Amino acid sequence: MNMPGHYIKSYCRIANGEISRNGKVLFSDASEEFPAFIKAAYKYFETDYSKFFKMDNLSKLAFMGAEVLLKDQEKNTALVLSNKASSLDTDRKHQAAISDRSGAFASPAVFVYTLPNICMGEISIRHKLYSENSFFIFAEFNPHLLSDYANDLLETGKADEVLCGWVEYDKGKYDAFLYVIAKKGLLPHDTGELTKLYRTK
Amino acid sequence: MDSVYLSHNNIVSAYGLDSAAAIDGIKNEVSGLTLVNDPDLLPNPFYSSLIDQKNVHEAFLKLNPQEAYTRLEEILLVSLADTLKNSGVPLTDRVGLIISTTKGNIDVLDTDSPFDESRAYLSELGGKIKSFFGFKNEALVLSNACVSGVLALAVAKRLIHQKRYDHVFVVAGDLVSKFILSGFNSFQALSESPCRPYCKTRTGINIGEVGCSVLVTKDKDRLIDASVRILGEASCNDANHISGPSRTGEGLYRSIASAMRQAQLAPKAIDFISAHGTATMYNDEMEAIAFNRAHLQDSPLNSLKGYFGHTLGASGLLETIIGMYSLHSNTLFASLGFQELGVSQPLNIIQETTAKESSVFLKTASGFGGCNTAAIFQKINP
Repeated sequence: MNMPGHYIKSYCRIANGEISRNGKVLFSDASEEFPAFIKAAYKYFETDYSKFFKMDNLSKLAFMGAEVLLKDQEKNTALVLSNKASSLDTDRKHQAAISDRSGAFASPAVFVYTLPNICMGEISIRHKLYSENSFFIFAEFNPHLLSDYANDLLETGKADEVLCGWVEYDKGKYDAFLYVIAKKGLLPHDTGELTKLYRTK
Repeated sequence: MDSVYLSHNNIVSAYGLDSAAAIDGIKNEVSGLTLVNDPDLLPNPFYSSLIDQKNVHEAFLKLNPQEAYTRLEEILLVSLADTLKNSGVPLTDRVGLIISTTKGNIDVLDTDSPFDESRAYLSELGGKIKSFFGFKNEALVLSNACVSGVLALAVAKRLIHQKRYDHVFVVAGDLVSKFILSGFNSFQALSESPCRPYCKTRTGINIGEVGCSVLVTKDKDRLIDASVRILGEASCNDANHISGPSRTGEGLYRSIASAMRQAQLAPKAIDFISAHGTATMYNDEMEAIAFNRAHLQDSPLNSLKGYFGHTLGASGLLETIIGMYSLHSNTLFASLGFQELGVSQPLNIIQETTAKESSVFLKTASGFGGCNTAAIFQKINP
């Protein structure tokens, strides 16, 4: 369904060793493992943000997507992200730490990342966004509900723009498809368009 | 814009298997917190409010399950079955399902669990709840730390406004697990005694568990005596720290201000505040600063954590349901555990359960990731 007046302002993909914006590859790296890949991307984009190195994999993935889309952002940009695996990558690390009876090896620096919305907290801190945050879990990318939700935030004036999308990190595999919905942009805010962009890898 | 209401509801808790049992306990100022000594969960004894497994399982068997369900699923299904039955809403494609949880079936990661690790995926949990009752739409799982339960109500309202649904059932729950307890323990956030929100002698959180559910609807014919209308809601990030509350109460203050603007209400219109009040030093102080910035320091305020402990992804929904009955019975419920104000700014803590004519309340919650949510509810039946 096309919502009058709302557009896809820009979009970003992070998958298969590449980072692209609006369909154009900005960065690619042959590293097989995600940590090496995302670190190389961090350096390539001259990010200079030491907190990045404390983040878990999901947060690093979402953070780099936001870096590509939200440069010099001054608008009230809501964050509406989703995935399938929640924070399970970090959950498994916390679980391994507590597998002895005492649970004494639990670390607060790990435990805090056992929530999927933490990656939105990281983006909010980086871009000074005092905005609406919602994290949804779906079996697969669901542009219909994300679009309804983004449209409501825009129509009720709760946000000027909305960063939406899918950020999945599970068992070493990563896939991010993020996009900004705004009143002006490249493409109409249409769930068919979003599905097409998502499927174009 | 259509009005959106909260209606039929259920609370499965340490008090029993319905909302009435919980309300009775609270009216009598009886805490659901007890000392639990279970070294499989935590090496030291701790205070918690736990759901009686035998009671839940007996109620669950009456629903004729055809396969094995996890403990959390049993709790959620028992709660939602009651709300569904009482509402009589037929499950057409106009009916949505939202599940609010922080960790879902995280206990299946434990090697002792009889369930496969795949059950830890929240979409699996959503699928189980959806297909048990035959919902036509995919379950929407909201996992947004400790604001999830109240944010889920905002999500339901927004999706009804967008005409995606006419009715939404919201069901919320998290278990007391070793996963959660060891994590909060690593933050040294757990209290060794029953928690004392906003009190000078507060020493931290108790973690508790509930399952609860509510019908969110635009249909005035589906309301109950305790129904409320959602007047305004907002969620704002602190943009400050992922585990520490903002020193200026920034996100909470902004959430309250935005919800008040949408509701078109002045601070004096708020009859009481059902606050978050986890009883950690930093959280309660942050809330006091935010409420003062919002000129709400004189509104009667409670935290219900002294009854249930912190029930994580369920807390916001649980405390909203209690707020509905507080409005309906014109009763302010005491903030259990409070003795002497222990925050730097004034707050009007409800010290004794008292009668007060009320029509509007504010619910707030805050959580890890710097998230905050505020929602304002108005009584339907005076």
